[in-house]
Amino acid sequence: MTRQTEEKIEVVSEKSERKVVVPGEVIVVGDDYLPGEGARREGEKVVSSRFGLAEIVGRVIRVLSLFGTFIPRRGNVIIGRVTDVTFRGWVVDVDAAAAGFLALDECPRFINPDEMDRFLAIGDIVSAKIWNVKTKGCDLTLDGKGLGKLEGGFIFRIIPSRVPRVIGREGSMVGLIKEKTGCQITIGQNGWIWVKGNTTDAEIRARKAIEFVAEKVLVEGLTEKMEAWFEKNK
Amino acid sequence: MAMEISSLTKERLKAMFAEGKRFDGRKLDELRDIEIETDISNKAEGSARVRLGKTEVIVGVKLGPGEPYADSPGKGNIMVSAELLPIASPRFQAGPPDFNGIELPRLVDRAIRESKMIDLDKLCIKEGEKVWTVFIDIYPINDDGNLIDAANIAALVALKIAKVPEMTKEGKVDHHKEAKDKLPLSKDIVPVSFSFFKLGNSIIVDPTREEAEACEARITFGLSKSKDKYLINSCQKKGEAYFTGEELARMSSMLPGLYDQVNEKLKKFL
Amino acid sequence: MAHKRPDGRKSDELRKMSAKVGVVPNADGSAMFAFGDTIAIAAVYGPRLLHPQHMQDPSTGILRCNYDLLSFSVSDRKKPGPNRRAQEISKVTEWALLPVLELKEFPNTVIDVQIYIIQADAGTRTAGINAASLALAHAGIPMKDLVCSVAVGKQDKELVVDLSKEEEDFEEGEGATDFPIAKIANKDAYTLVQMDGKMSPDLMAEALALASKACEKVYEVQKKALKDEVEREAKE
Repeated sequence: MTRQTEEKIEVVSEKSERKVVVPGEVIVVGDDYLPGEGARREGEKVVSSRFGLAEIVGRVIRVLSLFGTFIPRRGNVIIGRVTDVTFRGWVVDVDAAAAGFLALDECPRFINPDEMDRFLAIGDIVSAKIWNVKTKGCDLTLDGKGLGKLEGGFIFRIIPSRVPRVIGREGSMVGLIKEKTGCQITIGQNGWIWVKGNTTDAEIRARKAIEFVAEKVLVEGLTEKMEAWFEKNK
Repeated sequence: MAMEISSLTKERLKAMFAEGKRFDGRKLDELRDIEIETDISNKAEGSARVRLGKTEVIVGVKLGPGEPYADSPGKGNIMVSAELLPIASPRFQAGPPDFNGIELPRLVDRAIRESKMIDLDKLCIKEGEKVWTVFIDIYPINDDGNLIDAANIAALVALKIAKVPEMTKEGKVDHHKEAKDKLPLSKDIVPVSFSFFKLGNSIIVDPTREEAEACEARITFGLSKSKDKYLINSCQKKGEAYFTGEELARMSSMLPGLYDQVNEKLKKFL
Repeated sequence: MAHKRPDGRKSDELRKMSAKVGVVPNADGSAMFAFGDTIAIAAVYGPRLLHPQHMQDPSTGILRCNYDLLSFSVSDRKKPGPNRRAQEISKVTEWALLPVLELKEFPNTVIDVQIYIIQADAGTRTAGINAASLALAHAGIPMKDLVCSVAVGKQDKELVVDLSKEEEDFEEGEGATDFPIAKIANKDAYTLVQMDGKMSPDLMAEALALASKACEKVYEVQKKALKDEVEREAKE
C-alpha cells in the first residue's frame, strides 16, 4: 500500500448532496471542482473512478465505496487474529490484502521474548492500531486506549465501508447500541467488530442492530429509526 | 472474509447453543428457509437451484449413452460429481479437490443410490452393450454452510424433473428432438439428507458457515420414505469429536420430523 | 433483400439482456449477466495477498481471470477439468479488463475473477466479460470505466449483432462470421478483438460502428444493475 495519509473517518451529514455513480460516469462539469478520492478530472468533467456514492462537499468531490475489501490506512484501528509468533513479534491476519505485524516493542508493557505466546498466542484476537503501511504489509501497535487482546464475547464481520455508518456521527450510533444493549463494542475499520455483553440475548441483539445499520446505506435519519427499532426488538 | 474462526467466537457459540440460541434466532433443530427453482439450464436434462438461507447450490442432470459395468450389464449408471468452485467461498481454491470436494459428491451419491430411487434396470438401452449414465453435477455457488443438504435437495429435484433424451438412429443423443420420457424413478421414494453438527454438547441442524466452522463433528444421514415408512439409507460421521449413543438415537428420532418439513417444500416438484 | 434472423431480430438488435449484482454474497463483488439464453455469473475476490509469495509483484497487483462452462451449460456434457478453450478465453478476458483497472495501488496482491457459464447459447465470452466488469465494479475496485462486450457477426453478407447459437452455425452463402469485441464504455478503445469467419477488410469500420452502438445498450444495462443494488439495499 502506498497511501500514507492519516484519514479521519467522518460521516458526512445525512443531508449533503450524494448520488450513486459507476466507474467512468460524469459527476459534475466545471473547472471549479476538485476531484478527491475516487474521482478524477477529464477536461471539464469530474468523473468517477469507482462504483460508489459520490459526495460533493464544498468544492471537493469524493466517491465513497459501498462494497469491497478493506484498504489499510495509517491510524485505522483494526481487529485481527494472530496467525504466527516470530522472534520479533506477531503476525496478525487483518483480513486485508496486507499482512499485519505487531512488533514486540509496540506492546504497552515489557514482554520477555521467551513468554511471547503467553501474552498473545496463535488464534488470539487483538484490537490494534495501524501506525505504518508499507507495500508488504502494515505495522501494528497496541499503544492506545482500549487496544490489546480481546477476551470473551465474539467477533463478526460487516462490509468495511459500512463502518462509518455503524460508528455514526461522533460515535452516536455505536453509542446508542451500547446503551440499549449494555454491551462492550469495539469496531475495527477492517469490518470486524467485537461484542461482549452480560447475556447472550444482549449480544444477539447488538449484532442484529449492527448488521441492520450496516445495510442501510442510503437511509436518512437512521439514528431516530434505530431508537424505534430498539423499541420493537426488545 | 477469509479470517479463520476465532476460539473466542467458538466459545461464545458453544455457550449460546447450550442455551438453545442462535444468532439468526432459529432453534437448534430449525432449518433455514428453502427456496427451490428449476430449469436453471435448458441444456441440462434436468436442473435445479436450491437456496438454504444464503447457501446456494445448483445441480444439473445430464444423460449420456455408454457401456455398462461388467458386473451389471443390464443396468444404467449413476455418476455424481461436484466442483467446489472458488466462486462460492474465499476458502475454495482452484485445482484438484480437497477432502470436502471429494466427500460432498460421495455423500449425495450414496443417499440417492442406496434409496434405489432411480430404476437402473430401465436405463438399459441394449443389454451388455449400451446403457444410460445419469450424470449428476453439483456446483455450489455460495457457501454459507450445509452444502451437503442443499446439494441433496437440488439433486433430488433435478432428477425428478429430468427427461431421457431421444436418440438418433446411430445411437447418439438427438439434441434437436424434444425429450418426452421422464427418468425412470420410483414414484414414492424421495431421498433427502440431513446433517447434524456438534459443538460442545449441543447438536444443531443446518448451520451457517460461521456455525459450521465452529463445530467439532458432523454426521450426515440419507433418509427416504416409502409407503409411510422412513428408512435411513446412508450415514457418515466426520470430525474429531464423538457422538454418544443417546445423541445418535436422538438424532435418528428427529429425522422423520425434519423429513416432513422438507417434504412440504418439495411437494410441488414431486 | 435483408437477411432474416431466425428469431426475427433486426440486424442491430441485441437479445434481451438482464443483469444483477451481488449474486454471490461471499464474494467481494459479484454479478450475473445474460444475453438471451446465455447466462454468465462472475465473482471477484480481492485485492488479496497473492500466494505463493514468489509470484507477488511488488510494483502492482495482478488480475487473474478464470472462465469456464458448467458441465450442464451445453448440450454435450462438458467434462469438468481444464481445457484449452477455457484457458484462452480466461486470458483474453484478463486483457479485456486490465486497461480500466488501477492495479498499481495494490502491490503484491491478486484480484481473482471467477466466471462461469450456467447456460450457453453463443456469446458466452462476451456475457462473461460483462459480468466480470460488473463484479469488479461491485467489489469497489478502482476502475476508470466499465468494459462492455458484445459479439458482432456476419450472416452471409449481412452484418448483425449478438449472434445466437443457431446463427453461429449458419452455413449458407458466406456462412457465419463471429467477431466478439469488448470496449471501454466511454472511450474509443477496444480491449477484446477476436474473429472467426470471413469478412472483407472494408467492412471493419462498419462492424465496429455496429459493435460500439450495441455496447452503449450493454452499458445502460450494466449501470442499472449497479445502481439498482444500492436502491434495493436502501429500501429494505
